[in-house]
Amino acid sequence: MSDQVAVEFKDVSRVFSIQQENQAGSVRAVDHVSLQIQDGEFFSLLGPSGSGKTTCLRMIAGFDRPSDGEILLYGKDVSRLPPYERDVNTVFQDYALFPHMSVGENIAYGLMIKKVAETERNKRVDEMMDLVRLPGFAGRKPAQLSGGQRQRVALARALINHPKVLLLDEPLGALDLKLRQQMQVELKFIQQRVGITFIFVTHDQEEALTMSDRIAVFSQGKIEQVGTPAEIYEHPTTSFVAGFVGVSNLVSGEVAKRITGSEATFSVRPEKIHLATANDKVESDMFSADGKVRDVIYLGLYTRYLVELDGGGDLVVVEQNLKTTSMDVMKIKNQNIRLFWKKEHMRYLGDQK
Amino acid sequence: MINRLSTYLYLRPRLILLLLLLPPLIWFLVVYIGALIIMLVNSFFYLDGFTGQVVHQFTLQTYAKLLIPTNLQIFFRTTLMALTVTIACIIIAFPLSYYMARFASPRMKTFLYLAVTLPLWSSYVVRVYSWKLILAQEGIISWFARLLHVDGLLTWYLSSKLLGGPSLAVSVTGIFLVFVYIWLPYMILPIQTALERVPKSLIEASGDLGANPAQTFRNVILPLAFPGVIAGSIFTFSLTLGDFIVPSLFGNSSFFIGKAVLTYQGTSGNIPLAAAFTMGPIVIMITYLLIARKLGAFNAL
Repeated sequence: MSDQVAVEFKDVSRVFSIQQENQAGSVRAVDHVSLQIQDGEFFSLLGPSGSGKTTCLRMIAGFDRPSDGEILLYGKDVSRLPPYERDVNTVFQDYALFPHMSVGENIAYGLMIKKVAETERNKRVDEMMDLVRLPGFAGRKPAQLSGGQRQRVALARALINHPKVLLLDEPLGALDLKLRQQMQVELKFIQQRVGITFIFVTHDQEEALTMSDRIAVFSQGKIEQVGTPAEIYEHPTTSFVAGFVGVSNLVSGEVAKRITGSEATFSVRPEKIHLATANDKVESDMFSADGKVRDVIYLGLYTRYLVELDGGGDLVVVEQNLKTTSMDVMKIKNQNIRLFWKKEHMRYLGDQK
Repeated sequence: MINRLSTYLYLRPRLILLLLLLPPLIWFLVVYIGALIIMLVNSFFYLDGFTGQVVHQFTLQTYAKLLIPTNLQIFFRTTLMALTVTIACIIIAFPLSYYMARFASPRMKTFLYLAVTLPLWSSYVVRVYSWKLILAQEGIISWFARLLHVDGLLTWYLSSKLLGGPSLAVSVTGIFLVFVYIWLPYMILPIQTALERVPKSLIEASGDLGANPAQTFRNVILPLAFPGVIAGSIFTFSLTLGDFIVPSLFGNSSFFIGKAVLTYQGTSGNIPLAAAFTMGPIVIMITYLLIARKLGAFNAL
């Protein structure tokens, strides 16, 4: 990974005009986004549907153009260039394999367009098929492949062109959980091997955390936060990020004042909160709260407790079942209990309620 | 009662299939295949020129008569006409279909659908006759040519021995124009349907992989729209091949297949020769479909 900037968004906006019931209106799909993606990075655009992440990706690919602002690819403004003049390739959500071509022809398409000689073409197709672990599939038609195999063909078809940046638009969305987890590891492995910048769009926070070097969290056309997976998870800067990435308890107003003495908004992860036993003492670097266990959900690896605080408010607490059994955890239901957690895990999100 | 019947049928899927297929099967076997077989059989009989009676006896002499130069010329002329009409229909239909499938707003698309199919709601004969008025010596086209002071050009064109005639209404060009007009919707609709089914992401993927719009058109859009073009051309080709009304109304004395069949069967009662004539378009169509298959028209089906 070098210090070079691969892709840069300079105050980019994209406004779509919509017509509904004879009323013209407009939607700001991307709203003044500025962003730098480093060379060789595995970068994820994470957000719910309609948050502008896919529009950003399409603008890098050239399928869409910014209404305002500039997009730079290795320092060069590409905002007005058509897709076929940009050194980027895309893996599409629906794979977009050409149904009338064989797997080999699909993978060779980019080279065929560039008029690369056939022997060279075949050699590189074979290399690519090895890389994505599909040797011997060249003669098949896309319709004869499974979802996971099509996924690999789409990846090979994009990578064979040695693009400067590879764009992936929710490529794992259609796969089942097991295959998806396997492909996550494999994608990361391939990215490290080819050393190309990957920009990955997903709405799945776990997927983003698993694979990315850095993540940009999108909401309503704006970037909420950019950071490494650990930064995003441990130090969310907005209540949206705290709620979207992982599970958070948001505490504000009266409840916050009772616990911390301040009426601001805070977030705390359920796994950072502990259920106190008789031996536990609340130290000075800790916050604590008393309440009643309203619900206990046993989930095998861990148990989730819903605690109703005395004087109002709820907290979700997660504890691993290291020593407890399902019988033990159930006994705690409807008991009064004390909760405590380290002050540093209580993230300050601002004065808004 | 209904319930018991439902259960009875539910447990016997093959019986349901049989009941469902029985009416179309009977129709198909009797009306289509049956008629074709009777025609085929008839083409192996012959007409006794002396008595004017059909002799029900196996013979190849009707086919021998079919293959005389005058008749071969009829086949050639008709096939050539069908091909030209088909090609002209493709040239006109493709851009319109492309616009309808890719660019038109929903409202524009509805309007164009209506515009394309509307002529099919009125009688074929009425529409053909209206073209008689358009193409006649004192018709709209002549009038318009005079208005633009190019009537000399029209006269010169009509003096051409191959394509011309006394007026556009009695010329090969007239037949061609009316055929293209009449069969165009049958070309537009299948091409439009095929283009509509090409996902937008395929076109984006092609551009993404470095293909400019012309290359994308040649490598992705055209191959995927090809089955639609073939489907449309089957309509225009076979319909032109068999039609007898247009050549009768707009043609001169030179025969087309349909007109020949009508004359032999209707006027001179030579049913065996008429039947043999009809085998012509069938053979031409089969050849056409084989060529289309060779070109890969059905690969994407």
